[in-house]
Amino acid sequence: MYPRAFHYHRAGSLQEASEMLSEFGDEAKLLAGGQSLIPLMKLRYANPNHLVDLNFISGTSYIKEENGTLQFGALTRHAEIEHSTVAGKIPIIHDCAAGIADVQVRNRGTIGGSLAEADPSGDWATVLMTLETEVRCQTSKDDRWLRLADFIKDAYTTVLAHDELVSEVVVKIPPQGSGGAYLAFKRSAPVYPTASAAVQLTMDGEVCNDVAIAMGCVGLTAIKAKDAEKALRGQRVTQKTMTTAVEAARAVAEPQSDMRGSADYKRTLVGSLVKRAIDIAVRRARGERIEAGHIYA
Amino acid sequence: MPDVMEKVAIKLTVNGKPHSLTVEPRMLLVELIREALDLTGTHVGCDTTYCGACTVLLNGAAVKSCTVFAVQADGSQIMTVEGLEKDGQLHPIQKAFGDAYGLQCGYCTPGLMLSTAQLLSQNQQPSEKEMRKAIAGNTCRCTGYQNILKAIQMASQRMKGA
Repeated sequence: MYPRAFHYHRAGSLQEASEMLSEFGDEAKLLAGGQSLIPLMKLRYANPNHLVDLNFISGTSYIKEENGTLQFGALTRHAEIEHSTVAGKIPIIHDCAAGIADVQVRNRGTIGGSLAEADPSGDWATVLMTLETEVRCQTSKDDRWLRLADFIKDAYTTVLAHDELVSEVVVKIPPQGSGGAYLAFKRSAPVYPTASAAVQLTMDGEVCNDVAIAMGCVGLTAIKAKDAEKALRGQRVTQKTMTTAVEAARAVAEPQSDMRGSADYKRTLVGSLVKRAIDIAVRRARGERIEAGHIYA
Repeated sequence: MPDVMEKVAIKLTVNGKPHSLTVEPRMLLVELIREALDLTGTHVGCDTTYCGACTVLLNGAAVKSCTVFAVQADGSQIMTVEGLEKDGQLHPIQKAFGDAYGLQCGYCTPGLMLSTAQLLSQNQQPSEKEMRKAIAGNTCRCTGYQNILKAIQMASQRMKGA
């Protein structure tokens, strides 16, 4: 399939990209990794009149550790994060990066593009909702930082103004004694997950001091399971508290029936993923080395 | 929709050979490779970023060439299946796919061999798990993956010895 014809513009800087967006208005789209946008254009679900290519802008792909945070350039590809020892400091980030779609898609797709796309089945938003994540949004005139939770508004919808773009994603490195895990179940490597769960917690001995739980693919955006967090925070992690947390998480899931499964199935699945992710997060917090990530046949 | 589609001049190197072309922005990289350069070893399978039959190396990284615009490959080095062979000699990966019966119809094979090429360029001795992960984006609908995995392992052993 061929996309509709469009005008191609190669931005030399993020500033210039923003200026192009203000010039072309709603008829323009940004091209980052293109692994969502190009398929949508080929199906003619997306028909931008102007395409602004960000891939030739230098200095937009990096992973840096600074002041207790990890900083990701918006155009940093999933594969670069997967293979980065710096990014490996937050294991849940590696879980995510190493399992998104397949090698070929990870070589192209970008962290900034994934967040700005705000696909309800995207992996990054779910994972980064469990960490202190800020998204840097820039126009040619303005520069603002938004908490990830305030950045994504709805399915495929962010608060970005039409001439605004994501330039950087900054994640606070969790304290000592923390552990996290991301589990995403998918039918095969290249597809979006059917359901996913991210858990990031801090342990003090047997007691869970703090915890963040988010679920993906079971709502219009990644869902924070606040009651589930409450069931664990300040508590010993036992079968009983874990069961309460899982029930609370399942209760706030809002899955829809589709070709990936019925709503009931997804609700059950996401509960199991939350449970397993809590278990792995606790064991990782104790220093165990356990593999986690995407599960597929 | 634009009435006139401004074409874009690009330069790229494919299998070591430099090319200068003028392309429509909506032309996909796979189409440039197959139609403009007549390198038909790169296949179009699903055309939906799933099957990996169109996999080529872009600056050494495996990509699905149905999901990259040709204009994005400006200034890059591309390797297609035709670039594996050297001086009439099959590449060890190609030889291993034959020797291990790693193909039947052959449709997915060029993509699988280029995914293998990326894997072995980064990891000379991959475990079975690493091999499976490396080809997870390549769908084969007739050989089954057992002989493909044997082929990758055979290629890795032979290339290590070389």
